[in-house]
Amino acid sequence: MKELSNQVAIVGVDESDEIGSLPNVSQLSLHLQSIHNAIADAGLKISDIDGIFTAGQHSPVLLGESLGITPRYVDGTTVGGCSFIIMVGHALVALYHGLCDVAVVSHGESGRSGTGVTRSRDTSLVGQFEMPYGFGGAPTYFGMITTRHMHEYGTTLENWADVAVSTRAWAGLNPKAKFQDPITVQDVLDSRPMFYPFNLLNICLVTDAGGAVVLTRADRAKDCAKKPVYVRGAGEGAEHTLVTNMRDLPMSRATTISGNKAFEMASVSHSDFDHIMLYDAFTSGPPIMLESLGFCKPGEGVGFFEDGKSTPGGSLPINTNGGGLSYTHSGMYGIFPIIEAVRQQRGECGDRQVPGASMSLVNGMGGMLSTAGTIVLSHEK
Amino acid sequence: MELQRPLPTPMTPEAMPYWDGLREGKLMLPQCNDCGKAHFFPRIICPHCHSRNVGWIQASGKGKLYSFEIAYRSLNPNFKIEPPYILAMVELEEGPRIMSNLINIEPDPAVIKCDMPVEVVFEKQTDEVTISLFQPAS
Repeated sequence: MKELSNQVAIVGVDESDEIGSLPNVSQLSLHLQSIHNAIADAGLKISDIDGIFTAGQHSPVLLGESLGITPRYVDGTTVGGCSFIIMVGHALVALYHGLCDVAVVSHGESGRSGTGVTRSRDTSLVGQFEMPYGFGGAPTYFGMITTRHMHEYGTTLENWADVAVSTRAWAGLNPKAKFQDPITVQDVLDSRPMFYPFNLLNICLVTDAGGAVVLTRADRAKDCAKKPVYVRGAGEGAEHTLVTNMRDLPMSRATTISGNKAFEMASVSHSDFDHIMLYDAFTSGPPIMLESLGFCKPGEGVGFFEDGKSTPGGSLPINTNGGGLSYTHSGMYGIFPIIEAVRQQRGECGDRQVPGASMSLVNGMGGMLSTAGTIVLSHEK
Repeated sequence: MELQRPLPTPMTPEAMPYWDGLREGKLMLPQCNDCGKAHFFPRIICPHCHSRNVGWIQASGKGKLYSFEIAYRSLNPNFKIEPPYILAMVELEEGPRIMSNLINIEPDPAVIKCDMPVEVVFEKQTDEVTISLFQPAS
């Protein structure tokens, strides 16, 4: 895969017109707004799109039909919230081989309001073996990974609270973030108990939102409206659907596989990154991802969030948009850390801009660290 | 009496020996007749050696609490047991992990410990359905 490094660039990104609580906007409209906005950001036309990538309830065919275009490449890999990160890698391969010329990865989810949503999912195993005990919903599962982490490594509720505090500090600098007021570790510990070890402020938002990312080959990217952000590396991995079958809990084998592939393709090592975006459905997710990605030994990921290291002005900024914890989380959050990384690489982030950001890591999970997608982005080739 | 829990659904054909066993007060596990390793959930192929020669064994019902959460609310309107209750991941002596509830202990993180020994308790839901719960080992 090394020969594919830097051959494709992200040239357009944007959210839907608004994000938050949008009962009058359908899920399909969230997609279409996002694609429209991201294509405009790229300085391209919707008629230029010939590859459509999306995950969730709406198929890529529906998006093409709605836009009045007939794509010659489609991908509907739906493996959880990281699907969009994985699709950057899929689009990279398709573009490189000329299977399409302009690819759009689109997300739209009316996660809060359920407008234009059909609520149905596969419960063939969880309905039989888990729901009779009160399981159902991400908080009833991700806590299992977290409690075991605390048992094995001595991590504490205060450690997880540090992640919420750092992420909220970034949200305070993002005008689009849902919650912007600063919080303290004590605020997290005092927030409403939900599912031990999680209180309310350990758990992501539930919003309505869309986002889209436009990619093209590097030679064509130079003609687009904004500075290209090159895809240096991409990886993916998949391990389980049931947390009981996660072998090395609390380590994620899917994440390790995904990260290793992306780092090898990009020819980078951990110390090369100056900006990191990690899928934060729960406060314990980012530290566990850093461990699974090999940034530190198991149990030491929480150290990245101590003493202001990850916060504005810190030595390694993490989740600079305010994350799923404080900015937005529609359900399948993975498109949003990509959008933020591209904006950081372009230098568009205003008060929250990481000075001189030159290498961004985006890593996301699907399910309960069940699947993973990792990409390495840089404005430099 | 009104059901307190959602009944297991859909019961899949390959899992029927599991449900039949529970109704008789036995915790049954799928085990590969070739490599000898047990697994869970029930399926037609062994995930360890990929043999299709999968049979069943009766588990001892003993294991350890691999991990847990304490639920202070329910996200499922059909689950009517009053919070707080304990969500449990149990690692059985035979190897596989299964989800359950830990009962007969205070729902207090200062009392519940990962790796504490636990044992199965059977709870009848209907004439067809019995489920396995776990309590601290005696």
